[in-house]
Amino acid sequence: MKQISVLDRILLLITGLLAAYQISFGLNDLNTLSTWSYTVGFGVLLVAGLLLIILGFEGLENQIVVIVSTLIPLSISLGLVAEHLPQFTTPYLIFAILGFAAIAITRYTAEGKTATIILALTHGIAGSLITFLPIILSIQGKVSGGYFLVGIAGALIGVGGLLLAFLKAGKPILSQKMILTVLPALLLLMTSAFVYGFSFR
Amino acid sequence: MEKQKRLFKHIKSKYFPLVKSLQTALLLITGIAGYMSARCPVHNIPTVLGLTGSLLLSISGSTVLNMWYDRDIDAIMPRTSKRPLSTGQTQPKEALIFGLVLSVIGIAWALLLDPLYGVIIFAGLFFDVVVYTIWLKRRTAWSIIWGGISGGMPVLAGRVLGTGQIDWVGITLAMGVLFWIPTHILTFSMRYHDDYQKAKVPTFPSTYSFQTTRLIIAVSSVLATLAFGAASYGVGLTWGFLRLLIVLSAGLFVLAVQSLRSPSERITFGLFKYASLYMLSAMLLMFFTGV
Repeated sequence: MKQISVLDRILLLITGLLAAYQISFGLNDLNTLSTWSYTVGFGVLLVAGLLLIILGFEGLENQIVVIVSTLIPLSISLGLVAEHLPQFTTPYLIFAILGFAAIAITRYTAEGKTATIILALTHGIAGSLITFLPIILSIQGKVSGGYFLVGIAGALIGVGGLLLAFLKAGKPILSQKMILTVLPALLLLMTSAFVYGFSFR
Repeated sequence: MEKQKRLFKHIKSKYFPLVKSLQTALLLITGIAGYMSARCPVHNIPTVLGLTGSLLLSISGSTVLNMWYDRDIDAIMPRTSKRPLSTGQTQPKEALIFGLVLSVIGIAWALLLDPLYGVIIFAGLFFDVVVYTIWLKRRTAWSIIWGGISGGMPVLAGRVLGTGQIDWVGITLAMGVLFWIPTHILTFSMRYHDDYQKAKVPTFPSTYSFQTTRLIIAVSSVLATLAFGAASYGVGLTWGFLRLLIVLSAGLFVLAVQSLRSPSERITFGLFKYASLYMLSAMLLMFFTGV
């Protein structure tokens, strides 16, 4: 396992600070569900960043990390749906809860392949929503142009999620060392895009 | 010039290690945060300086006196055997005088600043040096409660200096620190279990078991988050900051549960580090309340 470097720690710390900023100052004037959904998403990013700084990359070996990290795309996509497509809030909320439960259960009970399929499917839907919804909203002019950055962040979260999912499934797209080398920068880029993008709301 | 440089280097190597700088800094921050939580204007420079100076001297003095009294067990434990008193680099008499001078000046300064504030600072020092270190530390594992109470005094004192009275927020903040202390001390007593056994210092892992100790750490972590949460609400923290505190508290809770489910040294030490970071963050949030 790659040892965490000082640079990795600095990048993760900035990621955590950006997530903390978004939770503290960036969620004003939203409905309750959106506020708490975004809080959970950025909260997991913040805590995950801190734990990686403290425990090193070995912390990623724990099954609970895979389960909890799924909360990032699920809760941010739920926040987006509750904010921009309120008529779909209930069905999407049900999907998010069932998806999360399925990932948690299959991680401990099912074979690697089934667990990976469930994970990829849930991540895929949530990630696509975060990627395309903000871009469509920007094109339609319903939000400021810069909001498309939230979509870019969604794409980055998809890339990171897929890299980690396939690595966990034992079929890595890139080598473990390469993934862990780019992970802190990817997380920082993604969080920066989220925070900056959301400021165009 | 060269002579002065050498003298400074000499004093630094002899006396600075007697003051546990990180622990002192963290306790000092809790005191300043307690003061700021009363929404005192930060531009009240003389009071802020008085608070910082008196607390720094009192906490440092109490730490030096602890180290002076514990020099025999410090010499036995490999973790602490390189401390200046254990190696003989600093003589016990020198350390005792140094500790007493720091303590007396710190408490006198605190009493001049505000009598109630000074009394609380004195109580913290008394509980730490006399009750915890001299009386109970070598007799019972439960001595850490008194260590925790004394650890909670700086934040209570800071709050009292800001408000002029002892209120429920100050007591809750002090309880937050009291519940945080076991995470700190008990993690050390597990990690350095053999050291404490060698020095015949009773600890929770040796008196009860490692699993019981982990359970106590988990429960006290949760109680610390509840206390800080209640106090934050009491001081009128904004919803944004409260959400942030809830997130950080949830992280501590998950880590505490994980340390019970899959105990390992890595997780336990991770919990210890996260709890310190949590405490620092909670105090900084209190700090922002006042700005």
